Amino acid sequence: MADNAHAAAAEHAAEGTGLVFHPMDQFKVQPLFGHGGEVSFYTPTNAMLWLGLTVLAVFLIMVVGTRGRAIVPSRGQSIGELAYGFVHKMIEDVTGKDALVYFPYIMTLFMFILMNNFLGLIPTSFANTAQIATTAILAFAVFFAVTIIGFVKHGSHFLGLFWVTSAPLAIRPVLAVIEVISYFVRPVSHSIRLAGNITAGHAVMKVFAAFAGLVALSPLAILGITAMYGLEMLVAFIQAYVFTILTCVYLKDALHPSH
Amino acid sequence: MATESHGAEAVAAGHAAAESAGMPQLAVETFSNQIFWLVVALVATYLILSRVALPRIAAVLAERQGTITNDIAAAEELKLKAKEAEAAYEKALADARSQANQIVEATRAEIKADLDAALAKADAEIAAKAAESEKAIAEIRASAAESAAEVAKDTAKELIAVLGGDVDGRSVAAAVTSRMKG
Repeated sequence: MADNAHAAAAEHAAEGTGLVFHPMDQFKVQPLFGHGGEVSFYTPTNAMLWLGLTVLAVFLIMVVGTRGRAIVPSRGQSIGELAYGFVHKMIEDVTGKDALVYFPYIMTLFMFILMNNFLGLIPTSFANTAQIATTAILAFAVFFAVTIIGFVKHGSHFLGLFWVTSAPLAIRPVLAVIEVISYFVRPVSHSIRLAGNITAGHAVMKVFAAFAGLVALSPLAILGITAMYGLEMLVAFIQAYVFTILTCVYLKDALHPSH
Repeated sequence: MATESHGAEAVAAGHAAAESAGMPQLAVETFSNQIFWLVVALVATYLILSRVALPRIAAVLAERQGTITNDIAAAEELKLKAKEAEAAYEKALADARSQANQIVEATRAEIKADLDAALAKADAEIAAKAAESEKAIAEIRASAAESAAEVAKDTAKELIAVLGGDVDGRSVAAAVTSRMKG
């Protein structure tokens, strides 16, 4: 870690000479206080800071925004109600009414990812959803929860998910193997999709930002950053939506394993 | 300066290569930190949502639904009342119209009766006046004939006297009277 600080100082010195790309530096987990030193699990880091700000943002929108409890909602309350209705309807449409007991959990996932994605777009911020450690925990939490719910609700019948009864008997074992593989790949794709999208977008913006240092290219670079930022706003929402709707789809498999 | 920084860069690059292969996300030593705080944040988010935000929004939405349902029912009721009021109004209008017609009819009959009476009276008066006038005219005519006879007799007498005839009053008068009749 002392090397790290040394390297950072050296890089700053190098910036005077021309183009220097450090598109991945923004994803470094660093202690908030003091440079270097071991990062233990409780160390206050930039990851912790932006997780906390995410919780604060969720609190502001969902609790402070709705404090009026008005029949005719204020603007802030409308946003909270919109988010509520959006996820509520998604669960109803994708998974079914019997999945509404899991609504608070899915809402937690959606609001957390959405707020974190958007906070990550603030310049110099830290995007937790670009970290594979974060998204893997989210995805595996969904995976294990769904699997446990499936076995608790249906026992061994849950395995019928892998036995495609609508296919001819001869193909069923092959399909079963494919189904099992795809089932276990789910958390991997689920987590890498989110982290990959956020990482790629942020890295591209950083690359454009590095080009902005060249006088000849700076208008193009700034235009590029602006366009990418707009795209990333879209991606921030869409990835939160995709993560949530996939959770609903997986949950549907657990609640209704027969195809 | 340039050589210095190039040298530093080379050193930095060497360190960076040694430390991690490109992606800071794969720095395993930061995972425990990230995972710990992530779990804390998720639990906090879950508690905020499930304890405060979601019940509150659900209550607001239910209340709104109730208010809307009540308002629609009230509107339905008011609509019914408006229909009733309209029917009552229509009825009152029809009543008033028929009453007005009756009044018009009655007034017309009354006026006709008055008019007929007045006409009859006027006719009678006119007839009386006409009779009176005829009588007066007859009188005048009679008196005029008498006067003419008188004048004729006198004139005849005078003429006969002037012509040197013998005036016999009675025969002259008879002659004049017979002539005037013819």
